[in-house]
Amino acid sequence: MPENILLDPTAETSPVIQPRLARPSSIAGKTIGLFDIAKMRGDEFLDRLDELLTTRGHTVKRYRKKHFTHLAPIELKQQIKSECDLVVEGLAD
Amino acid sequence: MMRAMTQVAVPQNQTSGKPAVVAQTFVAVVKRECETCVMAMPVLRQVEQQAERLGGKLEIHVQDDPGFAAGFSDARDDSELATSYRYNIDTVPTLIRLVDGREDKRVVGWRREEWQAITGMASLGEGLPAFRPGCGSITMDPGMPARLKVKYGNTGLASRRIEVPALSDPVEACYERGWSDGLPVVPPTEERVLEMLDGTSRSPREVIGTVPPNLAECTVEKVAINAVMAGCRPEYMPVVLTAIEAALMPGFGLHGVLATTNACTPVVMVNGPIARAIGMNSKGNVFGQGNRANAAIGRTLQLVVRNVGGGRPGEIDRSVFGSPAKYSFCFAEDEEDPRWESYAVSLGYSPKQSTVTVFPGDGITQTIDHISRSPEDLCRSYAPCIRAIYHPGHIIGVQAFLAIGGEHQNVFYDAGWSKTRVKEELLRLLMIPVREVVPGRSGLTGLTEEEKANPDNLVPKFKNGTFNIIRAGGKAGKYSAIISSIGGRGSIEPVTKEIK
Repeated sequence: MPENILLDPTAETSPVIQPRLARPSSIAGKTIGLFDIAKMRGDEFLDRLDELLTTRGHTVKRYRKKHFTHLAPIELKQQIKSECDLVVEGLAD
Repeated sequence: MMRAMTQVAVPQNQTSGKPAVVAQTFVAVVKRECETCVMAMPVLRQVEQQAERLGGKLEIHVQDDPGFAAGFSDARDDSELATSYRYNIDTVPTLIRLVDGREDKRVVGWRREEWQAITGMASLGEGLPAFRPGCGSITMDPGMPARLKVKYGNTGLASRRIEVPALSDPVEACYERGWSDGLPVVPPTEERVLEMLDGTSRSPREVIGTVPPNLAECTVEKVAINAVMAGCRPEYMPVVLTAIEAALMPGFGLHGVLATTNACTPVVMVNGPIARAIGMNSKGNVFGQGNRANAAIGRTLQLVVRNVGGGRPGEIDRSVFGSPAKYSFCFAEDEEDPRWESYAVSLGYSPKQSTVTVFPGDGITQTIDHISRSPEDLCRSYAPCIRAIYHPGHIIGVQAFLAIGGEHQNVFYDAGWSKTRVKEELLRLLMIPVREVVPGRSGLTGLTEEEKANPDNLVPKFKNGTFNIIRAGGKAGKYSAIISSIGGRGSIEPVTKEIK
């Protein structure tokens, strides 16, 4: 039985495509996480971001996962979620 | 789905008056697994030869092994069942005669006389038994009708389709979309919903009511989708639909029940023959887990409130505590002992009628009494427990059902007390001195000046609330249970509806 088509159980008043969370109108006062996914030289990009944000008075926290081929551990994701308001993830090469 | 059979006049030979020979097209549907089909294959070969001689043909469609029809001129693989579905085949072998491309007549199974008549071959099947029944078509295997309807037919389902990406887990997708009450739901595929709708003769498009808080229209189809998610079987649908209709009756006050800061929730109680027919529990662990019908029927109502009505915790649902009863609280009343009438019968329904009663409830509070052997003592044991609901002096907007367990029932039966007698005794014991009534709208504000004039005046615990006695639970254990709630006459009241 194909499971990939489901019938909507709701009153269908909200869109099928779930909207993203709204962007904050300002980053003032927010704790910003910089998450290094361990791609080569991603840390250089994030170091520069860290510097720019810190000199502007923002609170920055740094995170890194072991290797880019591995999913981030649940504990790390939970830690980022509990400690940060916004996250920048250092993707790709 | 069955096409109307048209009667076609067979052309007459102008000289002899006998039927003229005309080119004929036949469609046969068979499967190797059917012994009647095996027996009929040589016969079908003769039919094919006759048809071809006359400029017609026989199409032979095989549902399982295409090699079964090897050697026939027009053998077709129908393992995808497209042809079988289109011709609405429920038995094999089926032989259909087409005229101008449309079905004229069909025969099902083997009945020599009918096969001779449809083919015009007077000696067809001589030497074979006169009759042999056919076998079930693969299109009728369990689950197949729904599957084929989704694949080939018009399901008639109106709800929006949500596509789950190929590598995603449909159960997780339901969570992500906010459809779950916290426990996994059964993904509502089209096939599952079609099968669920087989449990009711009501049209999927029928609107059964509007669900608060958003006052969204709820169709039978939406109920079926949520019933799939809750884990219902199709045979629960009549109870589910009636429970939702009852909860939507104005007297029940569903908006109040779902939006309140209180912990209450709809409780669903079933009376009558349908409870046993669908396997509901009225006995041991009656309010607890383990019975599919109890769990799934109550859960469907909760999911409809959530998904159709939009009533969700932290949003319109402002309950301070909630309770496990908000997952599902549904049971059948214990009607086994005829010495007391059931709740439905006490309302005037016949024991042969099945009903759903929906009433508000916070959960259960047990009373324990291992000592009382007389009905008077047992009532005196119940009374302070009932009086304590919310507060011993809380008399406005409080109501309760008292579920008397098996061993306590025996105390009343043995003394010859009716349910009415027990209720009268309890209400007498639940008269409260005005001096002990709480101030404010839970108490004194609801009294008249005359009632308040003397602090020794007695006022009822259930000043404006309902109080009812039912039977439920296991046979061993001297317990009864109180299902309390807010509400009262004119605001949130128990409602009962017959299941039809």
